[in-house]
Amino acid sequence: MSEEFKIEIVNPEKSFLVKDDVSEVVVPAYEGEMGILKDHISIISFLKPGIIKILSKSGDESYYIEDGIVEFKNNNLSILTSSIFNIADMDKSKKQDLLKQAEEESGKEEISDQSRYLIDQKIEVLKTLN
Amino acid sequence: MASLDDLKKRIASVKSTQKITKAMKMVAAAKLRKAQESAEKGRPYSEKMNNVILNLSSGISDKENAPKLLSGTGDNKVYLCVVMTSDRGLCGGFNSNIIKKAKSYFSKILSEGKELKIMTVGSKGNDQLKRMYGDKIIENISFKESKNANYFDADKVGKIVIDKFERSEFDICTIFYNQFKNVITQIPQAQQIIPLNSEGSEDNTSEESYEFEPDEDEILNNLLPKNISTQIFKAMLENSASEQGSRMSAMDNATRNAGEMVDKLTIQYNRSRQAAITKELIEIISGAESL
Repeated sequence: MSEEFKIEIVNPEKSFLVKDDVSEVVVPAYEGEMGILKDHISIISFLKPGIIKILSKSGDESYYIEDGIVEFKNNNLSILTSSIFNIADMDKSKKQDLLKQAEEESGKEEISDQSRYLIDQKIEVLKTLN
Repeated sequence: MASLDDLKKRIASVKSTQKITKAMKMVAAAKLRKAQESAEKGRPYSEKMNNVILNLSSGISDKENAPKLLSGTGDNKVYLCVVMTSDRGLCGGFNSNIIKKAKSYFSKILSEGKELKIMTVGSKGNDQLKRMYGDKIIENISFKESKNANYFDADKVGKIVIDKFERSEFDICTIFYNQFKNVITQIPQAQQIIPLNSEGSEDNTSEESYEFEPDEDEILNNLLPKNISTQIFKAMLENSASEQGSRMSAMDNATRNAGEMVDKLTIQYNRSRQAAITKELIEIISGAESL
């Protein structure tokens, strides 16, 4: 029996990634990292800034993501996100830029606790990437 | 009758107009391909988003406390209409079609004694609406600087709408845009985004229950504002494809009309040239005869 399922990542502009030979995906869900294997129960959750790891036959990939929603149903994993970057394609300056942006944002006074939490997360992830 | 020189000048001017419209048509055709592509690519996102929300809202346990963006304020006194048009003219009936659709909706609302608020996206819509509904327009946004429709702009519009909703400035929000069907057909659409209209797509929801993390309410509260931006973005993409399509066919018509006009003027020019020559000949002959 094959242990593979399908993943689809879409952003508003286009279908970002479609793969159907994925064996495991690790997503940064809102309440902690979540590994998804085949025949996982149907789930909807949203994502916080972090790294998506996709393990598949054709090679492993990681993506940096800032927000999104993940839906798993009938062995179809869909991730909706508005900002996603392939880590392999990110160069040093891009990472620095994102980090700087996030730090600027966290410097503002009038943000809510929830968004502050998300921004802190973002900064942490970006720091580990850098 | 116009003199030969005048005719010559007119032919030249029509020809140069034709050149411009031809160039505009080709530019629109090139842009159309791009816009159409991005409109098609953008569809999966908004469809998926819609599906997730439908699944969520069908699974929601406490209907009473459902988020207001989903269920509405329970009132329908104040209507907000977001009219999305282009920033540039010369695109046939593109803008007037949206405006016409919007105006008929406006008069319906007003005749029911409801309060109307208008938000225009794109300067052409603002130009056409401000004469009749100037006092109703509360916001005017235009993205002249950005070349293509992008999510960032849509998000800006979405945030304004949500902000106004949270300050309970309106109860129902509808967006107006042109849906792209093909190059010659664009259908003006009125889509209600607040409260969310979930009719007609029931068959997509499954009975299967989902696990939610965190709970439904929190996900919905997070998702619904995003969905509004997504719907606006979708409208923007459709609009930009429609705009280019509409401009392309309008410019195609203009080029053809200019060609017809050049033909007609050329015939007229040749006729009057001939007439002048004949006249001269008659004069010469009758002069010779009288000798």
